[in-house]
Amino acid sequence: MKAFLILEDGNVFTGTSIGAAKEVISEIVFNTSMTGYLEVLTDPSYAGQAVAMTYPLIGNYGICYEDMESVRPWCSGFIVRELSRLPSNFRSEETIQHFLEKNGIPGIAGIDTRALTKILREKGTMNGMITTNENYNLDDSMVRLKGYTTGNVVEKVTCREKSVLPAQGKTAGAVRRVALLDLGAKKNIARSLSKRGCEVTIYPAGTSAQEILEAEPDGIMLSNGPGDPKACTSIIEELKQLYRTDVPIFAICLGHQLMALAMGGDTHKMKYGHRGGNHPVKDLETGRVYISSQNHGYVVDMKTMDASVAEPGFVNVNDGTIEGIRYKNKNILTVQFHPEACPGPQDSEFLFDKFLKMMEVSHA
Amino acid sequence: MPKNPHIKKVMVIGSGPIVIGQAAEFDYAGTQACRSLKEEGVEVVLVNSNPATIMTDKDIADRVYIEPLTVNVLEQIILKEKPDSILPTLGGQAGLNLGMELAESGFLEEQGVRLIGTTAETIFKAEDREAFKETMEKIGEPCAASEVVNNVEDGIRFTNTIGYPVVLRPAYTLGGSGGGIAHNQEELIDILSNGLRLSRVGQVLVERCIAGWKEVEYEVMRDGNGNCITVCNMENIDPVGVHTGDSIVVAPSQTLGDREYQMLRSSALNIISELNITGGCNVQYALKPDSFEYCVIEVNPRVSRSSALASKATGYPIAKVAAKIALGYTLDEIKNAVTGKTFASFEPMLDYCVVKIPRLPFDKFIQAKRTLTTQMKATGEVMSICTNFEGALMKALRSLEQHVDSLIPKSITHKNNQHTAHTADNKDVYDFTGLDEEELLEALARVDDRRIFVIAEAVRKGISYETIHEITRIDFWFIDKIAILVEMEQRLLTEPLTVELLREAKRLEFPDIVIARLSGKTEDEVKKLRYVNQITAAFKMVDTCAAEFEATTPYYYSCFGSVDEMVKTQPKKKVLVLGSGPIRIGQGIEFDFCSVHCTWAFAKEGYETIIINNNPETVSTDFDIADKLYFEPLTPEDVENIVNLEKPDGAVVQFGGQTAIKLTESLMKMGVPILGTSAENVDAAEDRELFDQILEECCIPRPAGRTVFTAEEAKAAAAELGYPVLVRPSYVLGGQGMQIAISDEDIDEFIGIINRIAQEHPILVDKYLVGKEIEVDAVCDGEDILIPGIMEHVERAGVHSGDSISVYPAQSISEKIQKVIVEYTRRLAKALHVVGLINIQFIVCDGEVYVIEVNPRSSRTVPYISKVTGIPIVQLATKVIIGETIQGMGYTPGLQPQADYIAVKMPVFSFEKLRGADISLGPEMKSTGEVLGIAKTFDEALYKAFLGAGIDLPKHKQMIITVKDADKLEAVEIGRRFQALGYKIYATRSTARILNENGVKAVKTNKIEEESPNLLDLILGHRIDLVIDTPSQGKTRSHDGFLIRRNAIETGVNVLTSLDTANALVSSLEHVKEQKLSLIDIATVKNV
Repeated sequence: MKAFLILEDGNVFTGTSIGAAKEVISEIVFNTSMTGYLEVLTDPSYAGQAVAMTYPLIGNYGICYEDMESVRPWCSGFIVRELSRLPSNFRSEETIQHFLEKNGIPGIAGIDTRALTKILREKGTMNGMITTNENYNLDDSMVRLKGYTTGNVVEKVTCREKSVLPAQGKTAGAVRRVALLDLGAKKNIARSLSKRGCEVTIYPAGTSAQEILEAEPDGIMLSNGPGDPKACTSIIEELKQLYRTDVPIFAICLGHQLMALAMGGDTHKMKYGHRGGNHPVKDLETGRVYISSQNHGYVVDMKTMDASVAEPGFVNVNDGTIEGIRYKNKNILTVQFHPEACPGPQDSEFLFDKFLKMMEVSHA
Repeated sequence: MPKNPHIKKVMVIGSGPIVIGQAAEFDYAGTQACRSLKEEGVEVVLVNSNPATIMTDKDIADRVYIEPLTVNVLEQIILKEKPDSILPTLGGQAGLNLGMELAESGFLEEQGVRLIGTTAETIFKAEDREAFKETMEKIGEPCAASEVVNNVEDGIRFTNTIGYPVVLRPAYTLGGSGGGIAHNQEELIDILSNGLRLSRVGQVLVERCIAGWKEVEYEVMRDGNGNCITVCNMENIDPVGVHTGDSIVVAPSQTLGDREYQMLRSSALNIISELNITGGCNVQYALKPDSFEYCVIEVNPRVSRSSALASKATGYPIAKVAAKIALGYTLDEIKNAVTGKTFASFEPMLDYCVVKIPRLPFDKFIQAKRTLTTQMKATGEVMSICTNFEGALMKALRSLEQHVDSLIPKSITHKNNQHTAHTADNKDVYDFTGLDEEELLEALARVDDRRIFVIAEAVRKGISYETIHEITRIDFWFIDKIAILVEMEQRLLTEPLTVELLREAKRLEFPDIVIARLSGKTEDEVKKLRYVNQITAAFKMVDTCAAEFEATTPYYYSCFGSVDEMVKTQPKKKVLVLGSGPIRIGQGIEFDFCSVHCTWAFAKEGYETIIINNNPETVSTDFDIADKLYFEPLTPEDVENIVNLEKPDGAVVQFGGQTAIKLTESLMKMGVPILGTSAENVDAAEDRELFDQILEECCIPRPAGRTVFTAEEAKAAAAELGYPVLVRPSYVLGGQGMQIAISDEDIDEFIGIINRIAQEHPILVDKYLVGKEIEVDAVCDGEDILIPGIMEHVERAGVHSGDSISVYPAQSISEKIQKVIVEYTRRLAKALHVVGLINIQFIVCDGEVYVIEVNPRSSRTVPYISKVTGIPIVQLATKVIIGETIQGMGYTPGLQPQADYIAVKMPVFSFEKLRGADISLGPEMKSTGEVLGIAKTFDEALYKAFLGAGIDLPKHKQMIITVKDADKLEAVEIGRRFQALGYKIYATRSTARILNENGVKAVKTNKIEEESPNLLDLILGHRIDLVIDTPSQGKTRSHDGFLIRRNAIETGVNVLTSLDTANALVSSLEHVKEQKLSLIDIATVKNV
């Protein structure tokens, strides 16, 4: 079946329908990772967005359920050059085609994803529609496309109820109790902590600071998540309260942006964001550069932060944007990139160890 | 960290002659690194014995020593030049070993010279087997468990700890004989006891068997600050067991999930960090296909063939960055030259698929075993880029220039082409359509260069993926991709050629000619159908970042069904330079030298330059050589796609070897003017009748000859001319298929071999003259000629010019003969209306000069003659092509004054890598590379050349002489001279008798088939310096000689098969009396 990708700027790509044959309007973004399509599909941060993979051959190793970063795929649509007809991997349980269908994710294959990427690079992220309706009306579609916003998607992707992931294996020190505020968390955040001997309590995004603090956690983890950070007004208020305590806080991506907003900073939408597994970030303390996994369309504007409160911790080597913030006289570290990887390089995984140290210090 | 201010003068060690396993990739890496160093204001002293390289050009380094790569020579150069640092990681294993030896002896410390790039400690930890294992254990990186055992009991005990199957490798046996894989204790006892008996030292290595695992490589960079990145990963389609240099490789990996990808990536970063490498590094893994278990196979703490491939596959200039890191820069300080915006501290992201296929030399060595093992055999490789794997594979296959245009044998054609329909072509070595299922299963089990064609046929015959995988261990994903190509082939055969079908076939990169063959159309009809429906190639950019950032480097590949992004360029005049494709015997790196210099010369004259080539190892495919680089197959259709878009003002074909010459006719049909010598005149030199006519008009004699098509005609011609005769196909490279026949039986055999590939052109039969062979390269502007120098071959005619020792200036011809040669050159250049380069080979026999070959194009000797005379003939030829004259450029026409030096170009062979290949020299070229010896005297130049070629004598002062009857008396003199040098001579019965009769003491030794102790025992005893063995003509007794030569080569003994070479060697040895070698900086050779 034919499918069409209609962009807000009037460009139309014609390809083949994959996944669910339904129409969807969303933001269109691109991801440059060459592996890890399942992790991308199931990363809640993509809620409200259709993802175009720049690597042209997708689905080669099929679907390995244990690699899912959340319970289901969250992106609105999936855009690829070519889907492999035969997945090959010892863990593969099914084809990506079937996975998309089963989960009702519409998509389009067989289009020139590089040409699409260049449009998004030059004109910036824009809205688009994936449809199988050959008789689409372009003018009509344009109106609908222009009116689309992702809205407050955190509410949609966060967990409904609190849950606990126990500490795994033996650890040298005491079991740390971490409160993870699920703003659309990738599973590997909790796994990374649990693996290091933390008992992780996962809270829905709407949980109050008070409730979290009452459980007396050793540390608080703010997760990644989708959408415009400024839409999360009530969460920002709760974070202000968390800041005031002495509990160590480690935040990733959306969590990092929300903490900055809570402390009086501002965020803005980037032209086309950072999505992929090859972004160099520099630790300003040591001068070391790490290759990081990234997925964000908004960025903290460091100029708007009070220098007496916050200082830059990490910076992007390519474009100089802020990638991490240290809060002065506080046990708080926030990063824009994804130390939990999945997909992508594991180079900054050590930050979880650092978080453990932060909790140790605050205990001592 | 900014640049280290103490580094001001750096010595770079090159990799020496091209041999199998160490080829053009190091010219690419070295050239890029030298330019990178010079860019930083560092003075570069370069040492490399290989004159055909671009890196040994005075434009690349400040001081250039084309000297033998030995510790002694390097020490002398260090004493003379006083560099403050040495960069040893760019010259392959050869360069690395030399750097290590210099460091370990304490010489560097003594002289206050530091090793930069990587420390000696790091090299040791990566290269020493035990140290490496220990290091890996320390950081928890698994290696395949192995142990050396001396008895069966220890073997069983160790195997019980690691589990079956195990690989057994006896130490010191020929070509790994006596080894094998044991799957159970019974097999283990059997193979191990046999191996222990065969091993000279009674040792066998027992190793965990990881054959059949996936082979994956990572290219890693690290700077002095500890920052590391991976440039690229690559997956071998052939599982572990085939050397990665002989494997079909795809980048990035295709069948690894993110978990496997990141697991191995993290491991590679751990390893490079633990080894403390600064620069580039290659880590090879074996990954178990059904678990996350893996083993580190090998680490190369330097740039390598794989890093050249990774650079070309991603656009990331590894050697350039490695050089900057050596100077002290960190990755985040080095700009990414492709985007101009981002930095070297990022990881390239590909939005295409890259396939590399090795170029194997079995077309030259038809007796050599085709089996692929852990010993590399390929001489070169091709790379292709496409948006899908199938397309990349198809493009790579047709880039190989092996008479194959796809996976589909030419015998498979549409029913309309009935005369050949569906009959297996038993002359086509890639055609397996004649095999039945059982034979196919056997063929699948053979691991050789044709396996992929066998898989295609297996799919065609309905053999299941499971069966194919079970036998080959090749991943299902790749088998399925081959099946997709076979399915398309079947659709084209059976369905009408609709626009949709054509579109899909082109997406999979089926060439028009194949579509035509399968669909029963003509190639023109297919092309027309395409053009009418706008099914045309689009060009995409290799930009390192999957289009995330704007790139400024125009490096393109083609694909179908996409939006073209080729940047239309300025209104300058555009010239198309055609490269020479994969490195193969007969067409080596020297043609890349010519292409690159031609490109630079055009750029200097204000042209926009466009290079088309498909060889990832070369300088010409570096992203900043030409204004635009198209990484594409060099077939008419692929070139036409580019021509349609670029509309060049002209094309140059005379610098790209036979590959480029072959495209001449097609280019003219496309309306592209051929710059320089016209196509008709190129043809005239190859067409026997036209050429005879020209020679006659010029009053130039040539050995009498005839053109024939069949063996019967050939025998008639030979009878008329008188034996011996030279038999060869026309339009060939490096004397391919050329043989000296002394009898009718020989003719039958040789014509049979030639006709294994259908010949479009006649076969030539010429009278074989025994005489001096002389070679000349000349520039002609249509009026005047310029001859930089006359070269003379040490070996008499009959040995291919590429395999002969070549001396400049000619040592033994009279002034009168010289004049004749210059005059003949002038006449021929004029008669052929040469504009640019011409290469002529002469034979001087009984005071008479004969022409034996004329090539109106650049030749193998061009780089060497340019360097030793200081006359940049490629640049001059290019300017002549543009319209300048020799006189206008300030040269006096004719033969140029002799340079101050004598230069000897010595061929280098890779015989030890090719089991079963006969090493005896003849009219068919067999060498893979060359070295130069340059000095004030002939003897020293000769000595240096032998030394550079690895013949470093004397050692044990023992030698074997066994020569054919006709050579026996001549051998006496050579024996006498070796004896005078203190050599003990062993000889077979009749040779010994004649030597002794003539007063040369020789110990009679049994032949191989006779009882022990015999020749073989002597050779295997590792106490022999040299074997002189001249093969008898014809088939008689040839097997005995063959065995002697093979065994000697595989034991590392020098073998000479021509008495002329032996003569030269003994002369050079007589000269050396431990005297200090002179050193010559090529950059100071005057350009008159």
